[in-house]
Amino acid sequence: MTGAEKTLVPTQFGGPDTEVITLSEATKTYAGGLTALDHASLSIRQGELLAIVGPSGSGKSTLLNLMGTLDRPSSGTVRVLGHDVATLSDRRLSAVRARWIGFVFQQFFLSPHLSALDNVANGLLYHGIGHSNRRERAAEALERVGLGQRLDHRPHELSGGERQRTAIARAVVSRPRIVLADEPTGALDSASGAAVVDLLRELNAQGTTIAVITHDGELAASLPRRVRIRDGRVTEDTGLAGAAPGGLGVGA
Amino acid sequence: MTATEQFARTAPAAPSEKLPSPARLRPRDILAVGLSGLRGRKLRAVLSALGIAIGVAAMVAVVGIGTSSQAQLADQIAKLGTNLLSVGPGSNFAGAEVKLPEDADGMVQRIGPVESATQTGKTSATVRRTDKVDSRITGGIQVLAARDNLLGTVGGKLRSGRFLDPATGRYPGVVLGAKAADRLGVDAPGGQVWLGDQWFTVLGILDPVPLAPELDSSAMVGWEAAKTYLGFDGHPGNVYTRTKESAVEAVRDVLAPTVNPKSPNEVKVSRPSDALAAQLAAKDTFNALLLGLGAVALLVGGVGVANTMVIAVLERRQEIGLRRALGAHRGQIRTQFLTEAVALAGFGGLAGAALGGLATYGYATAKGWPFAIPAGALAAAIAASALVGAVAGLYPAARAARLTPTEALATG
Ligand SMILES: Nc1ncnc2c1ncn2[C@@H]1O[C@H](COP(=O)(O)OP(=O)(O)OP(=O)(O)O)[C@@H](O)[C@H]1O
Ligand SMILES: [Mg+2]
Repeated sequence: MTGAEKTLVPTQFGGPDTEVITLSEATKTYAGGLTALDHASLSIRQGELLAIVGPSGSGKSTLLNLMGTLDRPSSGTVRVLGHDVATLSDRRLSAVRARWIGFVFQQFFLSPHLSALDNVANGLLYHGIGHSNRRERAAEALERVGLGQRLDHRPHELSGGERQRTAIARAVVSRPRIVLADEPTGALDSASGAAVVDLLRELNAQGTTIAVITHDGELAASLPRRVRIRDGRVTEDTGLAGAAPGGLGVGA
Repeated sequence: MTATEQFARTAPAAPSEKLPSPARLRPRDILAVGLSGLRGRKLRAVLSALGIAIGVAAMVAVVGIGTSSQAQLADQIAKLGTNLLSVGPGSNFAGAEVKLPEDADGMVQRIGPVESATQTGKTSATVRRTDKVDSRITGGIQVLAARDNLLGTVGGKLRSGRFLDPATGRYPGVVLGAKAADRLGVDAPGGQVWLGDQWFTVLGILDPVPLAPELDSSAMVGWEAAKTYLGFDGHPGNVYTRTKESAVEAVRDVLAPTVNPKSPNEVKVSRPSDALAAQLAAKDTFNALLLGLGAVALLVGGVGVANTMVIAVLERRQEIGLRRALGAHRGQIRTQFLTEAVALAGFGGLAGAALGGLATYGYATAKGWPFAIPAGALAAAIAASALVGAVAGLYPAARAARLTPTEALATG
């Protein structure tokens, strides 16, 4: 990361070695007895852009759900900015998701009845701020993802790539501390997928911390840090290998 | 394993930032979010609100039509006045009819608060269309001797022609009550009917007289004419009197001894408007039954809303999951679906109230009644629908709130 880019990291949130999300020995066993995540430990620092890779069924989505506090671990701990998720009430945890975490899903999950602008504005719905304020910020976010000309389009009037960029705008409109993307290019052709990846890089360059699950080895290889999962275990983490003790896991 | 070593090295980070506090949705947003689910599912929303609408429409129409008909009765009573008293032969003397003194109306007129008094007397004559008709076929029409001020006192109206007056009252002329005219097939004055044993000219025809319905099936001839042509003995059977509104009860008490001092018990004094007032009261029981039916329809509508909401929660798990990912907590999901259920039922209630109002208006207009619906009933109907919606939405909303974000998002 260059010095110029570093200044774009919001300084009021603490330095780049702030741990945004930390998993320690996190295990997830589903009701059927299947252990989808097995003593996984992982730390994501502010400003990072990392890829999570691994074969289908290896536990990538499970890991992302735990990181995003959408689910709680069966054992081990998950911390968001140092706060142990297990100690938080549903209301608190929901506020953490609203303010600190943005999600991007493979299926976009856009509301077909709403314009791109209103879909993005919904990213701020649970912040308790006013409608016009939400729409203003949503317009800015759509501008950021290059859809400033598509504010009034409904999802069915957008291409797949534009839909995913709309979903990304919704994830970043609240300026979260981290964006978690689960196969954001999975439903896209390679060209629009590449555009989405470029967008994620750009957002990261502007200071957004991003973790992205991908099946695309080439894409993963091009990102600063890769975490590989197999059978619920973290088998490789390039960030750690290249990192100086206590140092940044980026720029390897 | 490097990962484990890494975490062995670094102590768990202390919370570096204060937790964000949960935010409340603004009322406007709560409403917008609650209504958002109805968009794009308009047909289903309309259908499930229909049950509620029908129940409410039924209840509002029942109340409205009842109120309108009562308003009509009350209007009528007010117009007719409640100050008419009628004296007739006692009911236990069906055969041996009491003879009242010929000057009974004069005696009543002398009671202080009395404004007017009049009387009729039964004759033994029959009235027929022509002399060819058998005299035993009377059509239930009685021939009465009547004073010329009868119509004004009982508040009757002429449909056509004119009433008896001092001049015509001496000659063979007759005024027919509404039913009597029908039965004789007379629809306009000017013709003749066979009355007693000679032709009488029809002078006028009356509208129905609500306060003296016995006149409807009567043929009225002048007091003097009845004596001259029909052998009438001059003794009245009924005396009618209008009194000052404030003195009705007082006059009522002295009426019997006045007209029949020898045996006041043998005459019956009544206040004809009481019969109409009794009708007013009787409508209530009818209302209760139909209202109950409307309430059942409303409850069935509530079951429909509950059903729709259960399906909505099943179908919209991904939306729920997304909202949870965007930061909605359980309470906000519950509120959303409750709002939706209340809105659904509330719309049904509004539509039903409008429908019921329209039905009432149509019915009242067709009947020539005034249009009246108590605003309280409308408000209560809409509030009841909203309440039904809230109860119907309780379980589906709880189910929606119980889903964990991952469960909700996982459903393909
Ligand atoms: N809710 C659940 N209940 C039971 N088992 C589950 C559940 N969710 C996931 N699993 C199982 O856990 C394992 C890991 O699932 P996960 O979705 O995390 O895999 P993934 O790495 O994201 O796979 P893919 O690349 O196909 O998305 C799989 O074997 C899956 O079948
Ligand atoms: Mg997955």
